[in-house]
Amino acid sequence: MEKIACYHCGDDCLTTAYVMEEKNFCCNGCKTVFEILSASKMANYYSYNDHPGATRARVDKRFDYLSSADIINELVDYADSQITIVTFFIPHIHCSSCLWLLEQLNSINPAIHYSRVDFLKKQLNIRFDHQKISLQQVVELLYDVGYEPLISLQDIIKKQNGLSKDNLVQKIAVAGFCFGNVMLLSFPEYFGLSDYEATFKHFFGWLNILFTLPVVFYSGRGYFIAAWQNLKKKVFGIDFPLALGIAVLFIRTCLEVITHSGAGFADTLCGLVFFLLIGKLVQKKTYHHISFERDYRSFFPVAVHIIEGEIDKPIPLAQLQTGHRMLIRHNEIIPADAILLKGEALIDFSFVTGESIPVKKTLGEVIYAGGRQTGEAIELEVVKPVYQSYLTQLWNNEAFTRKKDNRMQTFNEKVSRYFTIVLLAFAFGSLLFWLPTDVRRGFAAFTAVLIVACPCALALSTPFTMSAALSIFDRNFFYLKNVAVVEQMAAIDTIVFDKTGTITMGGSKEIKIDGLLSAKEQLLIYSACINSTHPLSRMICQYLGNQQRLAISRYTEIPNLGILATIDGHRLRIGSSKLVLGYKEIEDRVSKVYLMLDEELLGFFEFTHQYRDGMDNIENLEPAYRTFLLSGDQDHEREELIGFFKTRDSMLFNQSPQSKLDFVQALQQQGRQVMMMGDGLNDAGALKQSDLGIAITDDVNNFSPGSDAIMDGRSFHKLPAFLRFSKDTVNIIRFSFLISLTYNLIGLSYAVTGRLSPLTAAILMPLSTVTIISFTSLATHFAARKRKLA
Amino acid sequence: MSIIYFLIGCSVLLALLFLAAFFWAQRSGQNDDLYTPSMRILLDDEEKPPAEK
Repeated sequence: MEKIACYHCGDDCLTTAYVMEEKNFCCNGCKTVFEILSASKMANYYSYNDHPGATRARVDKRFDYLSSADIINELVDYADSQITIVTFFIPHIHCSSCLWLLEQLNSINPAIHYSRVDFLKKQLNIRFDHQKISLQQVVELLYDVGYEPLISLQDIIKKQNGLSKDNLVQKIAVAGFCFGNVMLLSFPEYFGLSDYEATFKHFFGWLNILFTLPVVFYSGRGYFIAAWQNLKKKVFGIDFPLALGIAVLFIRTCLEVITHSGAGFADTLCGLVFFLLIGKLVQKKTYHHISFERDYRSFFPVAVHIIEGEIDKPIPLAQLQTGHRMLIRHNEIIPADAILLKGEALIDFSFVTGESIPVKKTLGEVIYAGGRQTGEAIELEVVKPVYQSYLTQLWNNEAFTRKKDNRMQTFNEKVSRYFTIVLLAFAFGSLLFWLPTDVRRGFAAFTAVLIVACPCALALSTPFTMSAALSIFDRNFFYLKNVAVVEQMAAIDTIVFDKTGTITMGGSKEIKIDGLLSAKEQLLIYSACINSTHPLSRMICQYLGNQQRLAISRYTEIPNLGILATIDGHRLRIGSSKLVLGYKEIEDRVSKVYLMLDEELLGFFEFTHQYRDGMDNIENLEPAYRTFLLSGDQDHEREELIGFFKTRDSMLFNQSPQSKLDFVQALQQQGRQVMMMGDGLNDAGALKQSDLGIAITDDVNNFSPGSDAIMDGRSFHKLPAFLRFSKDTVNIIRFSFLISLTYNLIGLSYAVTGRLSPLTAAILMPLSTVTIISFTSLATHFAARKRKLA
Repeated sequence: MSIIYFLIGCSVLLALLFLAAFFWAQRSGQNDDLYTPSMRILLDDEEKPPAEK
C-alpha cells in the first residue's frame, strides 16, 4: 500500500478512516484541527508549508486545573477587571504557518484581542477579555488548533522576563556616540592647529571632557563597581587594571585640558570603554528557547487532582500534603511518593530510570514520584510531600545549594592576578625613577604606564574567542550555558557516561525474530516469559502481544542465562547460547535469545542495541580521558559494552541517583576534573556535582535536567572533536594574550620615558584591539575547520 | 571662523537627537524581537470575500 502522509502533521496514515475534503488525516485529532481551521476560513495555514501541524494522535491532556485562581495568578503577566495578558511557551512553533495561525487567534475567537509570536523564544503573548473567555478556554483553544503550551511550575518565561536588564546596549550606544564625536574633535589637534586657532583648541578640549563624562560615569560605571567588589574580596581581577586605566585616563585628560598643558586622552578613553563593552556584548549569548536550569519542577505537573469526600478537585502541587488522595489519569505524572489504593498501575519510569517498559504495580505498593501512569486512572495516597520524595531528595544535596561558578579558575583570572602586580610594579618603578630629577615627568610616566598597559586586548581576547567558539558549537547542535563552559571542557580529564538515553537511544532496543513460530509455540513462549522480570523477557512478551497465559508446572530462572520451564508437558529452554545450545557463541553487539522446545531449536530473538552513532569514539578517548559508565539498569549489557569501556571496574550498574552523585564526588576527591553526560532526572545530581554536566536530548525543547550544556543526540559522535576544539580555543586565548602583551611592551617602552603622546595612545589602543579581534575570530574558525566542525 | 562654534553646536545637538531616538526605541521594546517581523512580512493579508450585492 502506498503511504499517505497526514495533511496536518505529515505522519503516515495507518487507516483511511479520517478523510475530509479529499484530504487524509492520521487521527481524529488532526482532522479536528483541520475542521476548526477551515470553518474559520483559515486553511491558508496549510498553504505556507506542507504538514505544519503537530500530531494529535497520542495526546490526552486536561486543563481543568487552569480554573483555580491560585494557578491563574501564577501564570498571567497582568490582569485587571477586564483584560488578562499571558505569555505561553509553545515548543511546537517552528515555521511561518505557526506564526500566521497563532497571530490569527482573534478570527477564531473574538474575545482574544491580540496575539503576538516571538519566534526565536517560541513564545506567544496573548491579551484577552477574561469575562468572555477564561484562561482555560484559551489554552484549550490553543490545544485544539494543535499548539499546546508547555505550562510548568518552573516557568522559564517568567524567569527570562525577570532578569534584570543591565542596559548594555544603551551603554554601548552612549560610548559609541561619544567615541565618534571625540574622535572628530581630536583630529584638529593631531593634524596641527595654527596659532590663531588656539582658542578652538581649548574649546575642543572642554567639549571632549564633556563627552567623556557620560562614558566614564554611565557606560564605564560597571568596571568601577566590579573592581571595588573584587578589592573587597581581596582578589585582583581583570576589572581592577581596567578601572584603574579608565580613572587615570579621565583624571589626566581633565588635568591637561584645565591646565592647558596638553590635549588629553579623551579619544583613547572613549574607544577603550566602547570596545570593552562590545566585548561584554558578544560574550552574552543567550538561547531563549533552551533552559539550563530545569529541575524536577518543570517536569512535574502544575496541579494535581485530589479526591475529598465524593468530589475531585485540582489543587496546586505546592499544596499537596501527606494523606491526600490523588487521582492520576492516563499519561499523568505521579508527583509524590504514594501508595496505590485503587486501579491497575502500569508506571513508565523512563524519566527516572531510563527504562521505557512500563512497570506493573500492585495495590498497597509504594510508587515513587516521577513515574507516568499509562492505562486507566488510579488513586493513590500521598506518603511523602513532593519535596521529600525519593527522587526530589536529591535536590537537598549540597551540590544543589552550592554556587558552582568559580570552581575552576579561568586562564583570564589566573593571568590578571599577576598582570596587575607587574603593572603596578612598572608604574611605581617609573615614578620613583623620575621623581628625584623631574616630578612632572615622574607623574607623566606613572600615568602613561597605567594608560598604555590597560589590558584592553587581554580583556577582549577571551570574550571574542569564546563567542566565536560558542557559535561553532551552536552550529553543531551543542549548546553551552555560557562562555566559561568552554574552558571547563578543556580542563576535563575524566568522562562519566550514563547508559540509557545517553549512549543508547531513547527507545531501547529493536527486536527481530529468526525462524517461524506457530501460534501454539508463541503461546508457550509468552507464558514462560511473562513470569520473568528480565528486560529481554519483557520485550519478548511485548513483541508477542497480549496472549492467554498457560499454567506452568515447573519454572526456573537462572540469572544471566535464561529460563527453564515446563508447560503443558512441553519443556522450554529460553535464553543465552550457553544455556540453550550448551556452548557460548560470539555475539557481535547484538544479544540473542535462543528458543528450544522439547530439545528442538526453534530459532532466536535478536535484539539490536540502539546505541548512538559514534560509540566507537568512546574507546578512542582513552588514554587522554578516563571513561566510566554509570547505569541505573541491571548489568545485562555488560558483555556488549566491554568493548567500549576497557576495564570491568569502569562500568557500574544498579546505580541509584544518589550513588551516581557520590561516584562523581569520589572521582573529584581524587583530583579529577569530571565531565558527566546524562539525560534523565536520575542523572540530575551527578550532572550538578560534576565539573561539567552535559545533558543529552533528542529534542532540545523537551525536558532535560539542569546542566552546563545541552547536546543534541545527533552530535554525540562529534564529542571527541568538541573536546579537542575546546582545547584549541584555550590555546588561542593564550596566544592572543601573548599578542596583547607584545603591544603592551611596545607601549610601555614609550610610557616609561614619560613622553607618551596622545596620538601614540590613540593609534596603539584601537590597533591592538582590532588585531586581537581579527586574530581570535580567524583562529577559532580555522581551528573549527581543522576539527571538521565548521 | 567663529561659525565653527555654531556648526559644532548644531551637529552635536543633531547627534543627541538621534541618540535620544535610539534610547526611545530601545526602551519601548522595538529591538526586543528582531527575527519574527522578518517572517511576518512574508505572510499575505487575508483576502476579504467580496461584499454581496
